[in-house]
Order: sequence, then C-alpha cells, then structure tokens
Amino acid sequence: MIEIDNVSFRHGVAPVLQDVTLLLPKGGLTALVGPNGAGKSTLFSLMARLLKLQSGEIRFDGMDVATTTSMELARKIAILRQDTHVTARLTVRDLIGFGRFPHHRGRPGPDDEEMIEKGLELFELSGLSERYIDELSGGQRQRALVAMAYVQDTDYLLLDEPLNNLDMHFARTLMKQLRYLADRYGKTIVVVLHDINYAAAYADRIVALKDGRLSAQGTPEEIMTADCLGALFDMEIVIETVRGRRIALHHAG
Amino acid sequence: MGRKLLALSLLALLSIAAFLLLGTRGNWEFALTFRAGKLIALICVAIAVAVATVVFQTLCANRILTPSIMGFDTLYALFQTLLVFLLGCLGYAGLNAELKFLLELLLLGGGAFLLFGLLLGEGAQDLFRMLLAGVIFGILFRSVGNLLQRLIDPNEFAVVQGALFASFNSVNTGLLRMAVPMVVLSTALVWWRRHRLDVLALGRNHAISLGLNHRGELFFFLSIVSILVAVSTALVGPVAFFGLLISAAAHEVLRTHRHSLILVAASLLAIIALVGGQAVFERVLGMAGTLGLVVEFLGGLVFLAMIFKRGMA
Repeated sequence: MIEIDNVSFRHGVAPVLQDVTLLLPKGGLTALVGPNGAGKSTLFSLMARLLKLQSGEIRFDGMDVATTTSMELARKIAILRQDTHVTARLTVRDLIGFGRFPHHRGRPGPDDEEMIEKGLELFELSGLSERYIDELSGGQRQRALVAMAYVQDTDYLLLDEPLNNLDMHFARTLMKQLRYLADRYGKTIVVVLHDINYAAAYADRIVALKDGRLSAQGTPEEIMTADCLGALFDMEIVIETVRGRRIALHHAG
Repeated sequence: MGRKLLALSLLALLSIAAFLLLGTRGNWEFALTFRAGKLIALICVAIAVAVATVVFQTLCANRILTPSIMGFDTLYALFQTLLVFLLGCLGYAGLNAELKFLLELLLLGGGAFLLFGLLLGEGAQDLFRMLLAGVIFGILFRSVGNLLQRLIDPNEFAVVQGALFASFNSVNTGLLRMAVPMVVLSTALVWWRRHRLDVLALGRNHAISLGLNHRGELFFFLSIVSILVAVSTALVGPVAFFGLLISAAAHEVLRTHRHSLILVAASLLAIIALVGGQAVFERVLGMAGTLGLVVEFLGGLVFLAMIFKRGMA
C-alpha cells in the first residue's frame, strides 16, 4: 500500500503540491494524469525519493521514504524517470544487469543472470542484448530501461511518462507488459501518463492532479466523463464509446 | 580485456626496469636506492592522478573535465606565492619540507571540504553549481596570486615560477613517508567501492533508484579525489592535462563501463607514461627536454581533439 499523507511542496515560493493525501492499495495499475504543471512529476519525484520531502509523509508498505535507507527502498520500489539518458558505454545486457545491483551489490550470482535473461525475453530484447545503448533507437532504449526496472524485482514500479519516446506499436506493447506484470506478478505499478486514453484502457485506477491538488480519483469509468475531464483540463472534451471502450476525443474539437 | 591489461602490466614493468637499470654506472647499491625513491614517488603521482581523474569524470559524467577545475591548482599556486611573499627566497627555501607538505594537504583538503560541505546539497544540479563555484574561486586565487607575484622582486618571482611548474625531475622523496600511505589508503577505499562507481556512472536518478545515497557517495568520492590531487600536487606541482590524457587513453583502450578495469588500466598507463617517459628523458635524451612539458602538450592535444570530436558529433 502506498500512503501519501499531507504532502506539500514548493519551489521557492511557488506552491507545486498542496496537501495531497492519497491512498493506493497494493496491486494493480494506477495512472497519474493531469494537465501540464499540475505537479505530477513532482509527486512522482517525491515518491521516488529523487526530491526531498518538505512536508508530509510518503510510505510504501509502512516504509517511510524519508527515513528508510536508499538500499532498502531499492528492493521495494523501482523507478524510471522520463529524462534519463545514460552516457556510460553499456550494452543492453549490462544496463539491464544494473537492475540487480540492489540485490547483489556488485557481485552477480546465477539467479541474477537468470533474472536478466527473463527481462531480456519479456521485453523482446534478446536479439539486441549485446548492442550498445547509444546505438539503439529511442524506443528500444526506453524498453531496455523498463526492463532494467523490471529485473530490480520490486513490489512497486514507478514510471514517469514511459510512453514518451514510443511509437503506437511499442506504446501499446509496453502498456500490455505493465498490465501483465500487475496481473501475473501482483506488482503495484504507478505510471504518469499524458494520454488519457491509454490511462483509461490499461489502468485500474486513475488519479488526477490539478494545480497541485488532488482533483479526482476513481476507476476509468468514473473519470472518463465529459464533466470530469472537462474540469480537469479546462476544455470541452467529447467522450464516445467505441467497441465498449470510452474514448476521449481530445485531439480535435 | 584480460590480454590488454596483461600487456599494459608488462609495459609498466618494462618502464620500471628501464628507469631503474638504464645507464647505471658505478655503485649499483647507491644508484638503485637513489632511483627507487624517485620511482616510488613517480608511481605515487601516476596512480593518484589516474584514479582521481577517472573517479572525478565519472561523478561529473563528463570526460573533458579534470579535478583541476575545482581550483585546487590555483590554490596551491597562491599558497606558494604567499609563502615566498611572506618569507622571502631564503625563508621559502629553508622551510621544513614535511611541514610544508602537511600544510599544503591541510589547505587543499580544507578548501575541498568547505566547497563540498557548503555547496553539495540534495538537488540534482548541485554538483555543477559546486564546480562553477570552484571555477570562480580558481580565478580569484589566480588573480590574488598574480597580484602578489607583481609585488615581489624578480628573483623571488623566479623561485615562485620554479615551484609552479610540474617537475618530475626534482621530486622530493623525503615526503614519501607521508604520501605513500595516503595514496594507498585512498585508492584502497576507491577499490572497495568500485562497483558503486559503475552505478554512479548511470547518473543521479538511476543511482538513487538502485539504492545509493547519491549525495553521500559524491561526498565520499570527491573527498578522496581532493586528497589524491593534494598529494600529487604537493609532490610534483600542478599537472592539468596529464589525468585527462590518461583517462581518455584508458577508456579508449578498454571501452568498458567497469571501473575495476578502467581504474587498473588508467593507473598502469599513467605509470608507463610517467616512469617510462622519465626514463627516456633522463637516460636516453640526457635531460634535453622535460617530461612535464611533453605530457601537458600531448594532454592538451587530446583535450582539443575530444572537444572537436564532440562538436562534430
């Protein structure tokens, strides 16, 4: 369970988050959505301990991110930020292998190798395993990074806009893989998403932020209404149902 | 990989043998003891510069920076100038070498701790803010040093200048009792945490995600870098491009991300360049040139080449 308690955050004097309190049960896929500047990435960074909490508390299964050691947290949560570029000269296999670091601390054993193989296979990277990451396309690199977070083998997986570099094909594949990880291994996954339709199609829960406050949360059916989305993004959004799915027609209006 | 390291080790041994044995005449016992002291000093400097530069570049995720950007060299230069200014030529020459060495270490170490302690916060950009502060302090130290150099008389100025050029010919072997343990201890600490360097090379976000206390690791490794820089500067004077040259060569030869290999390769390369180079200059060329000059010249060329390559890419 992820407990976010009264979290506020400000950059200088500008408030970015104000009294966000949120309870996410264990298991399932949660999408974090909202307009630009709503504080999604800040909330993400606070959950991922990339930013230091200014006020409030965040706990994963009772582990307080402010007081638990980074190494302990690394075996509980894996994170992937949107703007990570790796400059080191690594092969895909090396990169994914780093996901095992919190478990082996530099001395990999056979079970680490096994996990890396599983990661390569699951994310269709076996053919690319010896390629250097600076020779990959943006989408391939993104998949390798997600695979690295996967082999970290944690209960929680936090991803900040993982679809950013991906084309339609890989965006859908990645969301399906995340869905599979949640369903098959019972992982708790939190994804910051821009496209509300992806959130609606794959998430169990949608949490919407606006102006640094929690604006709405619920199942995709509850959030995918013209009223709710309209208020969230300050625009008129038509919701249609196509083949049993609610689709927000936000791109043209 | 293993074969390359083996070849480098052999070359390093060859350089050491050449340094000890080439052109030895007369009393062997005297010659070898005399040269062994100098050899140990050169190896100390080689390892200190190589390890400091490789670690520093990994922390900054930048291969064209060297620890000298933090302004240590200029602080060292200012200190020498200040000593000559206050004590005069004779007083400077008569200073107890060990005391001076300790003072230099304290000064450079203290400066480093102030810089890190005050400026290295929790934020993502803090490392670069700290480096910029180092650059600015470097300019301040250099300007004050220049001012003092203008105030002293020309003879004293010549003494200062002599102290500020890196010199591998006149290494003070009397300082080794202090320098060797410090280099050994520092490199041992780096070696103990070499796997963490591999993770730090992935950048701040990944390092945190993989369970490192990023700020703590930066502080730890930067402290070691500053000790190594202080030792090597106090032994032979400031070397700007030597570390850059060595680190670039090590990365080029091995093409790996593993610091266990890079650190060893860089140290071996540095020993080959310093010890082998010094053997050639002293014994073969009969002191016709200075190694320091050549090393800095080559290092400068590599630096330019790296910048242009970056510009093209």
